Parts: sequence; C-alpha cells; structure tokens
Amino acid sequence: MDTQAPKLELPNPLPRPEGELALLKQVWRQPPGWRAASEVNNGMIGPLFVAAALLFFLLAGLLGLIIRAQLAFPGLTLVNPDTYNQVFTMHGTVMMFLFAVPAVEAVAIALLPSMIGARELPFPRLGAFAFYIYLIGGLCFYSSLFFGIAPDGGWFMYPPLTSKAFSPGINTDMYLLGIGFIEISAIAGAIELIVGILRCRAPGMTLGRMPIYAWGILVFAVMVVFAFPAVIVASTLLELERAFDWPFFLPERGGDPMLWQHLFWFFGHPEVYVIFLPAAAMASMIVPAMAGARLVGHSLVVAALVGTGFLSFGLWVHHMYTTGIPPLSLSFFAAAGFAVSIPSGLQVFVWIATFASARQRIRFSPPALFILGFLFIFTLGGLTGVMVSVTPFDWQAHDTYFIVAHLHYVLIGGMVFPLFAALYYWAPAVGQPLSERLGKIAFWLLFIGTNLTFFPMHISGFMGMPRRIYTFPSGFGLELWNLLSSIGAATFAAGAAVILVDVVKNFRLRRQETQANQWNAGTLEWIATPQYGMRSVPLVRDRYPLWHDPDLKRQVEAGGHYLPFAATGRREALISSPAEATPQYIAYVGGPAWAHVVAAAGTAACFLSLAGSFVIPAAAAGLIAVAAFVTWMWNGTDFGPVGPERADIGGGIVLPTHATGPLTASWWAMVCTMLVSGTAYACLLGSYLFLWLVNGDAMWPPPGQGLPAPGWGAAAFALYGGAALCMTVAAWTLGEGRGWTHRLALLAGLGLLASGWAADGWALWQGPIRPTLHAYGASAWGLFVWQSAHVAIALLMGSYTLARSLTGKLGGQRRLTIDNTRLFWLYTVGQGSVGLVLLHGFPRLLP
Amino acid sequence: MTETPGRHRVLAGLLLAGVLGACSGVQTPLDPMGDHAARIAVLTWVLFIGGTAIFVLVMGLLVFAVFAPARIRQAFGTRGFVVGGGIIFPTVTLIALLIYSLGVSRAVVLPMSDNPLRIEVIARQYWWEVRYPDEGEGAVTANELRLPVGREVELLLSSADVIHSLWIPNLHGKMDMIPGRVNRQRMRADRPGVMRGQCTEFCGVQHTLMAFWAVAQEPAEFDAWLARQREPIAPPATPEQARGMQVFGEAGCGACHTVRGTEWQSRLGPDLSRVGSRLSLAAGALDNHRGTLAGWVAGAQDIKPGNNMPAFGRSLPGDDLLAVAAWMESLR
Repeated sequence: MDTQAPKLELPNPLPRPEGELALLKQVWRQPPGWRAASEVNNGMIGPLFVAAALLFFLLAGLLGLIIRAQLAFPGLTLVNPDTYNQVFTMHGTVMMFLFAVPAVEAVAIALLPSMIGARELPFPRLGAFAFYIYLIGGLCFYSSLFFGIAPDGGWFMYPPLTSKAFSPGINTDMYLLGIGFIEISAIAGAIELIVGILRCRAPGMTLGRMPIYAWGILVFAVMVVFAFPAVIVASTLLELERAFDWPFFLPERGGDPMLWQHLFWFFGHPEVYVIFLPAAAMASMIVPAMAGARLVGHSLVVAALVGTGFLSFGLWVHHMYTTGIPPLSLSFFAAAGFAVSIPSGLQVFVWIATFASARQRIRFSPPALFILGFLFIFTLGGLTGVMVSVTPFDWQAHDTYFIVAHLHYVLIGGMVFPLFAALYYWAPAVGQPLSERLGKIAFWLLFIGTNLTFFPMHISGFMGMPRRIYTFPSGFGLELWNLLSSIGAATFAAGAAVILVDVVKNFRLRRQETQANQWNAGTLEWIATPQYGMRSVPLVRDRYPLWHDPDLKRQVEAGGHYLPFAATGRREALISSPAEATPQYIAYVGGPAWAHVVAAAGTAACFLSLAGSFVIPAAAAGLIAVAAFVTWMWNGTDFGPVGPERADIGGGIVLPTHATGPLTASWWAMVCTMLVSGTAYACLLGSYLFLWLVNGDAMWPPPGQGLPAPGWGAAAFALYGGAALCMTVAAWTLGEGRGWTHRLALLAGLGLLASGWAADGWALWQGPIRPTLHAYGASAWGLFVWQSAHVAIALLMGSYTLARSLTGKLGGQRRLTIDNTRLFWLYTVGQGSVGLVLLHGFPRLLP
Repeated sequence: MTETPGRHRVLAGLLLAGVLGACSGVQTPLDPMGDHAARIAVLTWVLFIGGTAIFVLVMGLLVFAVFAPARIRQAFGTRGFVVGGGIIFPTVTLIALLIYSLGVSRAVVLPMSDNPLRIEVIARQYWWEVRYPDEGEGAVTANELRLPVGREVELLLSSADVIHSLWIPNLHGKMDMIPGRVNRQRMRADRPGVMRGQCTEFCGVQHTLMAFWAVAQEPAEFDAWLARQREPIAPPATPEQARGMQVFGEAGCGACHTVRGTEWQSRLGPDLSRVGSRLSLAAGALDNHRGTLAGWVAGAQDIKPGNNMPAFGRSLPGDDLLAVAAWMESLR
C-alpha cells in the first residue's frame, strides 16, 4: 500500500490452457456425501476443528456456571462437595486441554496454509488424525462427568492427593490416560505446523516477509514440542505409580511430591504462553487490517514472540513460591517473571501505535471491538501477573481468588477475546460472514460479563477466599463480591449464547471459489479458495502482498503465478527452503482416506479402556490402531517418483516431483518427533537426578538395591552399537532395493536391537533393582520403560522396512521409509546409550 | 441418616452460613497483625496503586490512539513510541520494583530472634494438629494456633497425608505442608487478637472446611493457657458428664482421640483434652458449644461429608449424645 510494486512479468503466461483448472479442481475435490468424513483437506478439517474447540468451550463454560451458581450465596449446596470438586477440575482441564490449545491449533490449521500461500499443510492426514483423536477422546473424557468418574484433584493433579492411597477411584486415571493421549493430538498438530511454516511458504516469502501470525504459530508449535513432553512424562510416572506401585511421588519410599510439581509446571507455565502467543499473533494480523496500516515495529514483535517463547521455560517455579524453595532461588524466578512481562507489554504498545497510525478513524466492527476489549482485559491481567511475580505478594495471593481473577483475565483477555475477534474477522475468509449486530451485542455482554465476574474476585481473594472451595462462610465480607461474580458469569453466558446463535444462524462453509476481501486486508488468506488454496502460488515480495500489489489477486486467480496446475495429477504442495522460501520440489500430499480415522478411534478406545482398567479391550483397540497406522503408511506414503519426473512451475523454475533425504518435509517431521522424544527422555533423566538429589548419595542405591550389572550393561552397549551399524549398512547398501545385503543387515539389526534391549533390562534386574521398593528402582525402570517403547516402535519400523523391501516397495528413489526408520533407529540407540551411561556410570563415577 | 441426606445438608449449610459469622477483617492480608504481614501489606498497596496508575496510563494511550485527530495521533504510530513505552519504560519500572521487592522478601524471611517459640503444625485430611515441642509432654492442641504477642514463633510445618498449605494472612503469607518435608516459617503477632487461617492447597473432598483460629495472647495469658494444656483432665463433675465420659469410651471414640489423663491416647484424630475451650469444632467448620458438639458427633458426615470422623447419630440415643457433648464441653 505504501510502495507500489513495480510491474513484473508473470511466472506463467496468461490465459491458461483449457482444462488446467478443471484438473486442479478434480484432484482437490472433496468426496461427496458421507464419504466427506474421509476428507483430510485443511479447508474442511480446520473449520471443523475450530467448531469442536468452541463446543468444548461451551461445555467447560457450563461447568463454570455451576461453580458460580454454587458460590452465589454463602452456604449453598446445589451440588455436593465431591461433584463440585469434579466440576471445577473438569472446568480447568477441559478449558486448558480441550479448548485453549486445540482452538489455537485449529485456527492455525484452518488459516495458515492460505496465509503462507500453500495449497495444504505437508501432512494433511496427520492433521486429520489429530482432529479425530481429539474429538473422539475429548467427548469421551467429558462424558466421565456423567458417571461420577471425572478427575477431581484440580487440573494440576498434585500427588500424593492423586496417588492410589488418597484417590483409589479411576477418576485420576481418566485424567492421566484420557488427557495424556490428547496431548498426542497437540504434538502431531504442532509438528505439522512447524514443517508447514518452514517448508511450505510461497516463493519469495522469506522469514522477513512472513506474516506475524506464522511467527506466532511457529513459536507456539516449537513450545508445544518442548513443553508437552514434560506433562506426558509426569502423567506416565503417576500412572506407573498408581497401576504398579512404583513410588515416584511417595516420600516414605524415596519419592517426592515436588517432582510432579516441577514436571507439571515445566509444561504448565509455557502452556500459558502457548495459548497466548498465537492469540497475540492473531491480534497482530487483525489490528493492521482494522487500521489499514502496517504493524508498527514488525521485527520487534517477532523478537517479542521468540523471546517470550524462550523466557517462558524459565518460569515454572512461579507456581511453587510457597513450597519452601529458598528465597534466593525464588528471586531469580521473580526476575525472570518481570522479564517475560516486557515482550508482552511491548506488543500492547505495538497495537496502540498501529491504531494510532490508522489512516481513517477506526470503525467499531465486532473484530475491532473484541481487540479493544482484549487490550483492556489483557493489560489488567498482565499487571496482576507482574504482581504475582513479586514473591512476598504471591505468598499472600497464591491459591486465592486473586489468582483465579488473574488467570481468567489473562486467558479470557489474552486468548478468548482475540479468538472471538478472529472468528468475526476471518469468518468471511472461510465462509459466510457473521452478523455485525449480533457480534456487537455479544461483545458488550462478554466484556461486561468478564469484568463483572472476575474483577470482584481480586477483592474476594484479598478478603481471604481460597480457590477450590465449594462454599464460603458468611460474615467475612465475601457475600457481595461472590454475588457480583455470579451475576457476571450469567452475563458472560448470555454473550456466549449470542455468538452461538450467530454462528449457527449465519455461518456456512464457503463453496464458491472467490471471496470478497471484506476488511481490505493485506495478506494472502483473502485470495484463497476453500479446496486447493491459491489458483496459482503467488510470488511474494512484501509482508502485505495484497497491499503491495493490488493486482496480485487478479493475477493469482487467473493462474499467472507458480504451479497453476497439478503437475503429477495428484494433490501436491510446493516445498521450499526454510529461510528464503526458494522452491525446492513438488511434494505429494495425502488425500481422502480412512486409515487415519480408524487409527484415531483405535487409539482413543485403547487409552480410555486402559483408564477404566479394561485390559483386553484396550489391547484389542491398540492392535486395531497399530494395524491402521501400518495400513496408512503402507498405502499412503513413499510412492517414489510418479508421473513426470520434473515439472516447470513457471518463471523458468523446473522442480523435481520427488525428493529423498534431509530435503524432504518428512525428514523434518521425523527430526521434530525426535525432539519430542528427546525432551521427554531428558525429563526422565532429570527426574532420576532430582530424586537422587532428594535422597542423597547414601540412599542411591538404597540398602538392598544395587547398581545395574556392568557386564550386561557393556553387552547392551555393544549390541545397541551393532544394531546402529547394521541399520547404517542397510541404508548404505540399499542400491535399487533388490539385493540381499541390506535385507540381511536389517534382519541382523532387528536381532541386535532386541538383544541389546534385553541385556539393558537384565542388567537392571541383576542389580538387583526393583521398581516397587524405592524411587531409585522406580526411576531406573521408568527410563527403561520409555526406552522399551522406543525399541518396540523401532523394531516395528525395521520390520516394516524389511517388508517394504521384500515386496519391492523400497529402492534408490523410493527410500523415505528406510531413511526415516534409520533416523528413528539411531535415535533409539542413542537414547539407550545415554540411559546406560547414566544408570551405570553416574552413581559409580560421581560420588 | 442416609435416608434423608437433603435435610441434613440444608442443616449443615445453615450451620455453616450462620455459625461461622464473625467480624470481617479476620482473614485478610490487608489487616496485618504482625510485622511480616505489615511489610507485605505495604508492598501490596504499592503494587495496587502503581498497577492502577499504569493501567490508567495505557488505557489513556489506547483511547487517544483510537479517538484523537489523525494528525496528532499519527505522531504516536512510530517505532520510537513502541521502544519508549514498551521497552524502556517497563524495564526501568521493573528494575526499581525488583530492587524494592527483593528487599521486602529478605525482610520477611530473616530471623528476628535467636530463640523463637517453636510450634509444630501437622496437617491431616482435614484438620490441624498443633504441638509445642519445647514445652514438654502434652502441650498439644488441634485446629487452633495460640501464640504469645511480641515473641517470634517458628512454625515447623509438615503433613501426614497429602499436600496442605497453612495461611494466616493477618500474620504472614502461605507455606505449603508437604509429606516427607518440614517447611519452616517465622512470624510474630504484634497485638493480641483472633485471626482465621485456612488450608489453601486443595487437599481433597473437604478442603473447603479445613480452617482454624489463630489466637495471639499476651505472654502471661499464653503461658497460663499452655500450662493448662499439659494438665490431665479433671474427673467428671456431674452425673451427666460422667455418663458422657462412659459413652465416649463405649462408642470407641478413644480409638482415634487422645484425652490426657485417660487410657485414650490415639493420634488419628484431634486431641480432645481441652476441646471445650476451643473456638471452633471440626477445623473451623462449626462454632463450639454443647449443641454443636452433639450435632457434630451425631452428623459429622452430613456437616463435612467424606471426613474421617464417623457419624454416631444412628448408634447413640439422644440422651447419650447430649451427655457426651456435656462432658466434652466441660473439658476446658
């Protein structure tokens, strides 16, 4: 808008040949009728994902209303204490795990591809799998409330309250297993988004020209990769304790309840920013469109997002100020808490400055109102956030309604309001616009409702009201504030109902190809079609391509930019380099299928059966899930070259239609997966060292327990090494995939890995080390359990690779399978070796 | 009793709502009774006032950015404004706050004296055992923390089951009570008075009804109280009390409770040796008199469902309940 683009010769000549568009449409066509459930396109999965997240928002909101009804007056007993505890636990758990994180991920899946000029994310079936596992698992999890088996220990589930002795029911297992596997959905989505943002951007969209929203989602997804493994590990350890009596958190046998808190908050504090950063990034997209002006300080915002991501991992002790950690340590965390408030405050000033630089007076449309409301509520929540970073203040405010007020201001202000702004802002980009009038009514109800509900809680907190109480006494000055909160909650509910009516009445997914750029925004999502994204992939020369070149929309829709056709006659994505977005190859992306749906249902059934201790149904469901995964891989990946080997995408750029090795999106995804596994393993190593520190050298190992047998450990080390060597040889000697060397090497590798694993475990058993006697044994075997899971997957992948070779589905050009297997295989061997060094070496060498 | 849970629940609710009433200001950080809480209260007001000022300033800028005439407001639409308001201003403010708040942190954890009065508080689902370990055998009470005015006390905080957290906001901030650990916290009451404290870490189904009273007394008064705690109980003074004591034994109450000077010496439940003199029953859930004593023994599971005290309403006839209540009321 500021600088007009110089005229440019289009990459592809116009007009486009007859039939080109028809083929593109045909390739990306959604299956009709009920078969649409097999569709994986982000254009359909994204909005469905958003709808599911909003459904969980309403469901969890209803629980909030029950809480406010009970607390409207002192001494009410509308629900009994036990039910109340389930209700508040589910309110928090569903809001955090089934609404907030999925919602921001869902919006990203819906919008991000078109925003970065991609036809599709690189792994649409993985995205669809993430959606189905979340929807099925989430609904079943929520239903536990109707059977009185919902979690009841608070959303952070501190042991030993949640240990078997004090929570014998399956409520806690519902949480550990039910939520545990929904984390898989979040991680799967995050990996897809990372690879999508780094490798699927339109030509010319360098990191510097990438929209802020993509930055926000990139930081979000990386944070998910590093934060979520901690809660998965924590849940696994607690479930091992509950199911098999491994005393990780029981002090009488060397465990420590503080271990849970460290692990949980190492996830839980970044979680807050995981939710906030994408929402802030939405605001950074909407504000410029509302103001008709570029975001002031774009690079500062990028720095703020990345900086917040880093700092947020240094803040977990904020939730543990009252646990008796020495004040000197606390002062570091207080300083870190102050530091992290600066990038958030910076963004507030960026939005104010961008509003200030508007060309015309801002029009108070629903998105603009929600953004202004967000600024009001979030700023207040941010300021109370600085307050609770101040250690002595927090000693008073901690676990009172002041904290309830603070966290709702931050999360409703920092996430829900931007989300509703996004709903009203982007609805026309994916479907029919929502009602301006209803949007305004909803805004005022929600804005007044939020402040009326949560502002008085600051006061009730300082009048001495702790959180998580099912009633409160009269005569302490709490009555008025609680009644106001309850009236506010009803107001908020009315606002949410208005939005629901608006969406149900007015929103329909778009069918037609073209759309109106309702807000005259500058970014690419406003010229995408619902199915195949852009008609042609635009050459990007600015952060706001549509402002930079007002003719771009016409050029793209006429097919004048890159890849205006389906080069191989299949769904495909343009893969580009991570920093400069130089096109590298044309990748096949998955189309409609059923295996991922079955895999999702099987996985959900497996975990939920386990939660209910139904072992045989769980095993059956698990087998179905594994079979579905294998089918999905077997039929849906690693085709090798299909169709023309190279394609001219326009502008003289000729790209291969197939790639192998580190260039591929698939290799990148495997690396991300290894980061997830590695982080989880680091958490387990940390747990081992933490428990060692707590117990002291004299109790490590405790009397009657020994160090793992060194001979067997050395054997395991050698066998793991041999397994790694075999896999390397197999990949090396693959050739055209018809020889026997690589097959024999694979077979030998399978044997060596399995033997290495057996020696690894036997060394522990010979120690003797027993998992139930002491936290020493529990943490050693905990590491081994994690390693065992990896060995099992590596063996499955190795056998699968061998089967591919034997059926002629492996070759010089068709080697994605063996490349990825090798990566995971080497990772597993490396992880096992690190474990051996720790378990055998550290206790012998360190003291 | 199980047939008519509704009626009892209403009763329990009424008891809660009515009986707990006291003056306001007995459980708030903003009415400090001691030095630590006073310092934190000053810090709190600094934060509240400073935070309000910054909030008003930022909202003022926002209103200005949206409503001011284009020519004036556009001068603020610059990177310089963002750097000044979003980086320099918060950095300076927060460094100042950090220095000030670290000073307060230090002041409220530094020992004030060499020989504080040590008090052990052991949290259990859902009550508090309070022991004075340096004051001899039997210096034990429950759900009530008495301390002398003007002398520093050191609380030794532990838990016998799950994580709890002790909070007497008028004296100091919270400190968690974690199984397997002993956390220490020092505080000092500077004037006599009655304050309420409460568990602030969710500890199970009756977390809500886990409160207590903290009573700061003049040293002489405190010493007399402590001496009284150590004495064995006097024999029953009336036939009704004697009957109550007999019922107490027959009903098996001694399996969980201690009454000093008797054979009943269990620590599973609160020590009842001086139960009649306490300000509350059932960890702050009820006021303490003969009626509530009888009500609690009869309907502990209706007043506080899920706690470990069985209800005796069905097994004990009304006369016996009243007798037990009369006897316990006399244990002062």
